[in-house]
Amino acid sequence: MLKGKTFKFGDGISTDHIIPGRYAHLRSDLPELVKHVLEDADPDFAAKVKAGDFIVAGSNFGLGSSREHAPLVIKMAGVSAILAKSVARIFFRNAINLGLPVLICDTDKIDGGDELEVDLSAGTVKNISNGSLLTFGKIPEVMLHILNEGGLIPYIKKHGGFRL
Amino acid sequence: MGKTLAEKILSNKSGSDARAGDIVIAEVDLSFVQDTTGPLTVRQFQASGFECLINPTRTILFIDHAAPSPNSALSNDHTLLRDFARQHGCVISDIGDGVCHQIVVESFARPGDVIVGADSHTVTAGGLGAFATGMGSSDVAIAFGLGKTWFRIPESFKVAVSGDFPQGVYAKDLILHFIGQIGADGATYKALEFSGDAVEKMSMSGRFTVANMAVEAGAKVGLFPADEITQAHLASQGRGGDYQPVSPDADAVYEKTIKINAADLEPTVSMPHTVDNTAPARELKKIKIHQVVIGTCTNGRLEDLSVAAGILKGKKPAQGVRLIVAPASRRALLEAIEAGYIRTLVEAGAVILPPGCGPCLGLHQGVLGKEESCLSTANRNFEGRMGNPRGFIYLGSPATAAATALTGEITDPREVM
Repeated sequence: MLKGKTFKFGDGISTDHIIPGRYAHLRSDLPELVKHVLEDADPDFAAKVKAGDFIVAGSNFGLGSSREHAPLVIKMAGVSAILAKSVARIFFRNAINLGLPVLICDTDKIDGGDELEVDLSAGTVKNISNGSLLTFGKIPEVMLHILNEGGLIPYIKKHGGFRL
Repeated sequence: MGKTLAEKILSNKSGSDARAGDIVIAEVDLSFVQDTTGPLTVRQFQASGFECLINPTRTILFIDHAAPSPNSALSNDHTLLRDFARQHGCVISDIGDGVCHQIVVESFARPGDVIVGADSHTVTAGGLGAFATGMGSSDVAIAFGLGKTWFRIPESFKVAVSGDFPQGVYAKDLILHFIGQIGADGATYKALEFSGDAVEKMSMSGRFTVANMAVEAGAKVGLFPADEITQAHLASQGRGGDYQPVSPDADAVYEKTIKINAADLEPTVSMPHTVDNTAPARELKKIKIHQVVIGTCTNGRLEDLSVAAGILKGKKPAQGVRLIVAPASRRALLEAIEAGYIRTLVEAGAVILPPGCGPCLGLHQGVLGKEESCLSTANRNFEGRMGNPRGFIYLGSPATAAATALTGEITDPREVM
């Protein structure tokens, strides 16, 4: 069970919002890079986010670049899961590869600052703040296995390759 | 039942009868990274416990995004990549060689290949019939070690383009128009498959421009059949033997068909801050532009430089406009020198950058000032993309870019041609 407070974003949050190209020189210095997470969407986010919190967004979250540093800095900032109406393809795969859950659900029913309880195995999101219960879409099985191993690298180390 | 291009290529590379929705493990023919995604790939490769690359001659590390390096941190990242290439015997493409996607289509990609690159514009090689898609550093690290990856076979949208392009209208206008219609997430997870008489006549340069931007509609790949034009392109690069025809079956099943008549298209511009926020260039006349960029993996090829030089020949940019040209590769630069385009562009006031990504991603070589606007031939205009969240980026064809440089405001190129 994941528990935390939400930070709400709109539609079309790009990888340039999440971690702009101008900080490419910090990509081998992750503690510095993480200070700039989502800076161009919410300049206060990095200072306010706490371990376990959730990012809640609209449609097409994470569009743009293939930079894995985007989900990486979100995870390093303590975010336990991303909830969005839809997510861009490469970002989705990258997040799961790092063991960061991305859950597709109707986020209109969640406000910024709400307290949530997410049950990954039951596929439910309980909104403590307004009492509503949401379900999220199924993660494809191959990705669920990768997520359950904590990400792609531990998955490959354990299995030696992909298993369908 | 017949197969789409995506189903055909992935069936072949997975040894299975793959259909949209299936998950397969496919062979990877070529895998690559660039200098902003490569260092993490190297670390993930090492963390996975791999001791060697499975296919070093088909594994490429490109130094193109920050080339030459603007600061010590990126220089250290470059050193890491060069050391890895030396240790593992893979291919390194160093500063001045050009943008990864252009070098891939010049020297490596073959029709029917599966290609994974740690850069979203890896889709460019779909222009010559390769199933080429962007992935993150971890996925590419695993492809480096295993020579395989998993794919969900995408459903395909057939984009049927008929008719002749009017004067002043190019492949870039087609793809900007298409993204404006379908939206930045209109093709998420899908394969775009281009066909029709306008596509059959389209140059390889135009096909690469269109395929390059498939990802801006959310697509996994943008695929073109491999035909006689593809064969001529490969032969011109000394790789005639790499050709094989690739085409979809006549009875392939598409999730959707989108028809476009090229004759109806106009010079099109994407406005800040999303690629799907499009308008005809003629409607944006009063928008003042401070910087014009011609280049990138979208529009830095010889044909693009030729169009720009044709419009700028014997002229000068409007007062206060900075004109930046970044050829996509060393070969494109050399050919543009031989054709006289570089002289024309320099005489017309252009700054010529070394082949590479240039100012596209906001690292160096043309970072925007606050409240400044840029008209670029690149593929992305997100907030902050060119290094300043207070800058404004408009996207257009090389012709629209050149015309805009002359007037200092967004200009339909037909006005100056």
